[in-house]
This record gives sequence, structure tokens and C-alpha cells, in this order.
Amino acid sequence: MLAMSKYETVIGLEIHAQLLTESKIFCGCSTKFGAKPNTNICPVCTGQPGVLPVLNKKVVLLAIKTAITLNCKVEPRSVFARKNYFYPDLPKDYQISQYELPLATGGYLEIEVEGNKKRIGITRIHLEEDAGKLVHQGAERIMGSEASLVDYNRTGVPLMEIVSEPDIRSPQEAKAFMETLQHLLQFIKVCDAKMEEGSLRCDANISLRPKGQAKFGTKTEVKNMNSFRGVQQALETEQKRQAELLDSGGKVIQETRYFDDQTKQTKSMRSKEEAHDYRYFPEPDLVPVEPSQEWIEEIRKTIGELPEHKKNKYEQDYGLPPADIEVLLSSPALAAFFEESLKLYDKPKVLANWLMGDISAYLNEHKKGIEELNFQPAKLVEMLQLIDKGTISGKIAKTVLVEVLDSGKSVQDVIKEKGLTQVSDAGELLKIIKEVIKSNPAQVEQYRSGKKAVIGFLVGQVMKASKGRANPKLANELLAKELGS
Amino acid sequence: MKIDVDHVAKLARLGLGPEEKKLFGQQLSAILEYAEVLQKLDTDKVAPTSHAIPMSNVLREDKVSPCDNVDDILANGPEQEEHMFRVPRILE
Repeated sequence: MLAMSKYETVIGLEIHAQLLTESKIFCGCSTKFGAKPNTNICPVCTGQPGVLPVLNKKVVLLAIKTAITLNCKVEPRSVFARKNYFYPDLPKDYQISQYELPLATGGYLEIEVEGNKKRIGITRIHLEEDAGKLVHQGAERIMGSEASLVDYNRTGVPLMEIVSEPDIRSPQEAKAFMETLQHLLQFIKVCDAKMEEGSLRCDANISLRPKGQAKFGTKTEVKNMNSFRGVQQALETEQKRQAELLDSGGKVIQETRYFDDQTKQTKSMRSKEEAHDYRYFPEPDLVPVEPSQEWIEEIRKTIGELPEHKKNKYEQDYGLPPADIEVLLSSPALAAFFEESLKLYDKPKVLANWLMGDISAYLNEHKKGIEELNFQPAKLVEMLQLIDKGTISGKIAKTVLVEVLDSGKSVQDVIKEKGLTQVSDAGELLKIIKEVIKSNPAQVEQYRSGKKAVIGFLVGQVMKASKGRANPKLANELLAKELGS
Repeated sequence: MKIDVDHVAKLARLGLGPEEKKLFGQQLSAILEYAEVLQKLDTDKVAPTSHAIPMSNVLREDKVSPCDNVDDILANGPEQEEHMFRVPRILE
């Protein structure tokens, strides 16, 4: 890393986010993932002669929602354009995108790296259609393959491209940017933003310049980063490659490089095609988009509270520690669950403990989100109230919870079926206590000779004998009474 | 005005013979010369026109309407395999 200290890294990101719609951007085909190849296609998205695309209103709505969230200006007029190039995944031989007049411009996203907050500028947000999917035959990749098979199901799925300013100064910041953006997009429900599944994709422009120099160095574009870790790794690798190249008197060539997740190297794509000449021109089949101020304001009202505001509220109003807040805000569904529960049960820390402890553990183990379970805030609150009333012990509650999460049954039903109610009946407890006293004479002797702390062990034995169902407080009282006599 | 016919032909994936190159070169140059006449107009006070008719916001609701001739579309391609279009080698 010695070489690095001489240079400053400059990174800009181009992000593609799939918008959460039922139908494609310009036609009524389903956007459902995983359908049989070429079943969600039609004359419009496969570019048959004489067809007319019509813009999906939801696409505009979701992009405006994002623009507001990223502090952008929604442009009063945006225009679609044809980007012309030949590639088999593009049946029309042009992609409908936005070029000179994008949907939104000039915003920012605040990121935090090692406790330092920083604003990263957003240059623009524009709309476009996704391309099809290629399966290459006779080789792992396109290089050396004999032929390719094309599935146009994805063609025309709505994409929103978000372009950042070259404000990012390290691979770590790039990763933080992607994570923060993912979180926001999920929170406002415009994109499910899963990098591994391709619903959130990212390309990066990266260059190095000597520290103190204003002019940017020659950049490369890095592609194929399919996870947050991948973003950081790919950019660290590329940063190192460029630094070593410059140190040895070499020059960085402006090119596209492909990140190989296996070898952790970036490789030149060695594409022979000449400099891109996309010959953009306005798409004559689609009219301009001119969102009214009223519509924009209407959309603004649906956004609700953003994670940054929630963070402050959780900290100041509920007194939660940062670790708890991070877990609760890790998914919008979990945050919503917490807030709903709080309306029914006014102990934020107790709720947070259960949500980040047993419930998160269960969700992680089953790789599920809380919204996918038949588990509602009322159920959690019911269980907590039963603990408070002494009907079940905190320990038993853990067992009850897993059963409730597994079966989707009510808390009461699980407790009844499993006979898990707490034993708070003095007569029944006394029987157990007498048994414990009888079988632990040594400890009883210690207690009676003044070593009072031993009672903890004896209560433990009572709990064990009752299979955790004894009311610990009552057991303690009764035991002390018995031993004292 | 000179036009690079080779470049334009390559972008359009057209294989042109020497005669065609000459012919199209002349024709395209004539079109550009005509455009140059238009360039002389003072358009400082005219907003750029992307569309001929003043119309905006033609939007449809986000509803799925499946297509019933998917197999006909697939049959339009010269080769199919596993319900996909088969295309020849992309990169040499």
C-alpha cells in the first residue's frame, strides 16, 4: 500500500436499479423473474414492425420517489431517446433510454465511513429498458463460445439509472454508498435492491491522480461487481493495479475492465469495437414526460420517514443504543414491526432485545424476512405481556417464540398445547422444593451455616426439576422460607 | 461536406461495394448540405423540438396483459433451442 499514499483515488458510480412494477416499462408483459424463457415477451418488447411503446405510469412514479429521496430536482420535462447499437440481447437494435433530458438531476446521498459523514453528489437519474439475457454455449463466457441462446423475458423490464458525481475517494466509500443506497431504495419500496440477484447493479469509473493535482487521471470502467464485497474488492484491486502501473512509469489506458470474482483480478475486456457511437436521437414513438408539481407533491407525501430520521428518533426518543438501531433499521419491515409493536407495548428496549436477539437469530437461520412469517406485532406483544404477568418465564418464552414462528399459531395455543404455563401454584412448587432440599443436603448445609449465595444453585435445581416452568421469584421466596425453618 | 461512408456503413452493419459507397456518399453529402442551409437560421429563441406535436404524459397503468402469440414471435428467428433464440458466435 506504500504506492497508494502518493495518489488520490477518484471514483464515480453508475447504478442500475430494477423498479418494482408488475408490467414492463413500455408494454404489458409481466416482469416476473424466473419464468420459462421467452414467455414474457410481446411484439412491443421484441421490436416487431409497427408497434408502439406506451410508458408505464408506475415507473415514472417510482423514479420520482427516488429522485425526491436523493434530494434531486425532478425535471419539468424529460425525453426518451434511442441509443443505437447492435447486440443480440437487444432485439430492436436500439435501447430506449433518456439522454440529454433525464428525469431528475443534481442531488446527493449522505454516507458514513468510520464515523465520518460525507455527501456524495448525484449527477442524474434516468429511465431506460433492460436488455435480454444471453446464455453462451460451449464456453463459460462469451469468449470462445460457439453460439448463444437469447431469452427476452428481461427485455423491457424498467430500469432506473443513478449516476453519481466523481466524489467517492476510496473503495470503502464506494461500498458504503452502495449499501446506503440499497437501504434507501428498499425503504421507499422502489426496488428490492439485491445485488446478488441483479436487481441492483453497479459499474464504476475509477482513476488515480497525484495528491494535490486538480486534473483527473485516465479512468477505467470496472464491470461485473455482483456484491457489496465485490465492489470494494474490485476497486481495491483496480486501484492497486493503476498505482503500480503509474509507479513503473506506465500509462493507464481508458478501457472497460471485467472483475473476476474467482481470481479477484480485473481483466481488460479487449473489445475490438471502435469508440462508442450510439447516435442518440429523440424516440419519436414516446412523448415527453412532464410531471406536474401537484403529482410530485402527492408522491412526496407517500415517502414517509427515511432511515436517517428514524435513527435520530430511536436514539433520542426511545434511548436505544447504536447497535440496536442498526439491526432494527437493517430492514424496513423490521423497523415497521418495531414501531407497530411499540404502539401496543411501551418498552422499546425490551422490544429491541427480542427483535435483535431471538427473532433476528430465527430470521437469519431460516433466511427469511419478518414480513414473510405469519407473525404480527400483536403476537410478540401478547407474549411479552404474559412474561410480565408471570404466566410464562422469560426462558420458556424463548421456546414459545420459536414454536409460534415455526407454526404461525397464536401464543396462547402454543402455551396450552405444550403445557408451558409457569408454575405459580405454591402447593405444586413446594412439592418440588422439598424434593430439591432432600437431594442436595450438602448445599442445604452450606446455606444454613451462613453461605446464603448457595440459594442461587438451589433455585436453579428447582427450575430444572420443573423443566423451566417454575416462577423463579416465587420459587426463591418459598425456598428461603423452607430453608429457614 | 464530406461524409465518412465507411464509418456509417460499419455502424449500420452494411457491406457496401465501391460503386455503392460513391453513390451513397454523394447522396448523404447532399442531405448534410441541405441541413447546413437550415443551420443558418437563427433559432436562439426557439426551444429544441424533439416532437412534432405538442403532447406529453401519455401513460398507461401498471397492469399485466400477456401476449398470446409468443410462439409466433419465437418462430420469427432463424434458429431456436430450448425456447430461446439461437444466435451465432458474438465475439471472434
